[in-house]
Amino acid sequence: MSAAAPLDRGGPAQPLLTVRGLVKHFAVKGSLFGAKAMVRAVDGVDFEILKGETLGVVGESGCGKSTTARLLMHLIEPDAGTLIFDGETVGDGGLTMREFRRQVQMVFQDSYASLNPRLTVEASIAFGPQVHGVQARQAVDRAHGLLDRVGLDPSRFAGRYPHELSGGQRQRVNIARALALQPRLLILDEAVSALDKSVEAQVLNLLLDLKEEFGLTYLFISHDLNVVRFMSDRVAVMYLGKMAEIGPAGAVFDKAAHPYSAALTRSMPSMDPDHRTEEAPIAGDPPNPINPPTGCRFHTRCTFAESVCSTRVPALDPVGPEGGPSHLAACLMHEPGSGHSKAEAS
Amino acid sequence: MALLRFGADAMPSAIESSEGYWASVWRRLRRDKVAMIAGAVVLALILMAVFAPYIVPADPFSGRMLRRLRPIGTEGYPLGSDELGRDMLSRLIYGARMSLLMGVTPVIIAFGLGSTLGIVAGYLGGWFNTIAMRTIDIFYAFPSVLLAVALSGALGAGLTNALVSLSVVFIPPIARVAESVTTQVRNRDYVEAARASGAPGFTIVRVHVLGNVLGPIFVYATSLISVSMILASGLSFLGLGVRPPEPEWGLMLNTLRTAIYTQPWVAALPGAMIFITSISFNLLSDGLRSAMDVKQ
Ligand SMILES: Nc1ncnc2c1ncn2[C@@H]1O[C@H](COP(=O)(O)OP(=O)(O)O)[C@@H](O)[C@H]1O
Ligand code: SF4
Ligand SMILES: [Mg+2]
Repeated sequence: MSAAAPLDRGGPAQPLLTVRGLVKHFAVKGSLFGAKAMVRAVDGVDFEILKGETLGVVGESGCGKSTTARLLMHLIEPDAGTLIFDGETVGDGGLTMREFRRQVQMVFQDSYASLNPRLTVEASIAFGPQVHGVQARQAVDRAHGLLDRVGLDPSRFAGRYPHELSGGQRQRVNIARALALQPRLLILDEAVSALDKSVEAQVLNLLLDLKEEFGLTYLFISHDLNVVRFMSDRVAVMYLGKMAEIGPAGAVFDKAAHPYSAALTRSMPSMDPDHRTEEAPIAGDPPNPINPPTGCRFHTRCTFAESVCSTRVPALDPVGPEGGPSHLAACLMHEPGSGHSKAEAS
Repeated sequence: MALLRFGADAMPSAIESSEGYWASVWRRLRRDKVAMIAGAVVLALILMAVFAPYIVPADPFSGRMLRRLRPIGTEGYPLGSDELGRDMLSRLIYGARMSLLMGVTPVIIAFGLGSTLGIVAGYLGGWFNTIAMRTIDIFYAFPSVLLAVALSGALGAGLTNALVSLSVVFIPPIARVAESVTTQVRNRDYVEAARASGAPGFTIVRVHVLGNVLGPIFVYATSLISVSMILASGLSFLGLGVRPPEPEWGLMLNTLRTAIYTQPWVAALPGAMIFITSISFNLLSDGLRSAMDVKQ
């Protein structure tokens, strides 16, 4: 089936996935008289995932990382937004949802909850290929091959149930299950966050090997900045349902353009124990996504905030010549003529 | 020793198979003494009902008016005789047939219909769920005794009508339980992962939902068997269910109530049977529930 769909249809320069104007608001019961309120979980997000790269996504808990992932997988319906996969629009007469789903797979955070407790490991892995028309026998063979590939001896593990495995083993099974459909893009939503540090390192190395071997592209979501830095080519920083900054990992981590990314990376626990800082990153809790701050959403916690920040919404624009065109940030300080005292007058 | 080692080495590539889910449930249930005793009682009752014609010491339908209301232990009447002089032991044994039938049949019917409705509503969610569950709630709002009596009364006396009304009484609670466990399972990551693989809804329900919801719904349904038996006895007591001279424990309790002062022990026997049977079903159902708890 992968022979019919040529890999790399649009050439290497064509982004694998282009996301435009993605919006998802959840209706929730407000506190007053049960009135409906809207959680603006994802509120107009644009980005591209390039072929063969690992795009890391960071941001505080609740900023909309998982919702973005679930929207990309079409597990929940977006309120607005377009997905373009290797040059083809998803849905609306372009790439069918079924084919898109085969090309994009996901690994979830909770390794136990993401495996059916009543199915053996091989049955869980073989399920996807069978849905896509692979004969049961071949699907099981493929499952055994993948188990072997993720470091689990099929003769020992194929017939086991999830509760008989350790967290790391289960997450290897989940990775095998995701790869069983031979996807091109793998979304890893906090896929290693629940694992012990030593197991985490093994699984991360496995992911790097698999990426090489199968020519995969990763969307790597994590709140652990060190892990994201280790894995990613580029990094996107989200804040309250919006993209704050996106750019090459080195640039975002060392020369962050957005005050929020700067604060996040400054608070990063150093890998070197002598340089550990205990400094609290950013004052206060993130504001409520039900009524996000006007203007720049970060203005309530930003040390550079000025009056213009509470009225004008910053656009996600290139940071400037030294950052290069691939480094974007949504901050009025980088927007010429925005009225912020640190911005260039236009 | 050598042979044993050879045997073990001879099949190094055989796939290790693990204990399946139901095997592990049975292993845990077997260790639960209370559940095993309750299960033995239930089994005995079922055997008693099935083989009633072969084990009764006397004809449960014919009595002698001269030997009415004999006490327990009378010669020829080990458990006494009823108000028409019929052998109580034989009638109690025969009564198990009707009482089990009326306890189990409505629950099976309601399990089939109620869980289908609840699973579909739970998996689909949305407006279908809202309409189905609000309708169910209207029925659920009535006390089950009242609903059973009202339905039976409306349909008319008789065994079939009693079974139908009891089935209707149990559909709402089973559907509600089915809906709530399905809603939980539907939001688990493994169902999301199955949806992400592009599987159609029907396949997801068959492979990933049913296996995880039928167990809990079944356990809940078994706990209703005792309620059904008691309600059925109540209907018979009111003259809406089984009719005389058919032996049925609820009906026997009714006809013997006038003898409560003269032969209290004999009059209490059908009640004792109802009590023992329903408590056995409940204890078995409890044991099943804890044995099916996945956390091991
Ligand atoms: N199904 C839902 N219904 C209502 N609110 C939701 C739902 N899913 C997520 N949210 C809300 O959307 C926001 C973003 O959540 P999420 O995407 O899970 O964040 P993250 O993964 O970055 O921690 C949170 O405020 C969360 O409470
Ligand atoms: S726009 Fe203003 S508030 Fe927002 S990050 Fe930039 S300086 Fe801070
Ligand atoms: Mg999350």
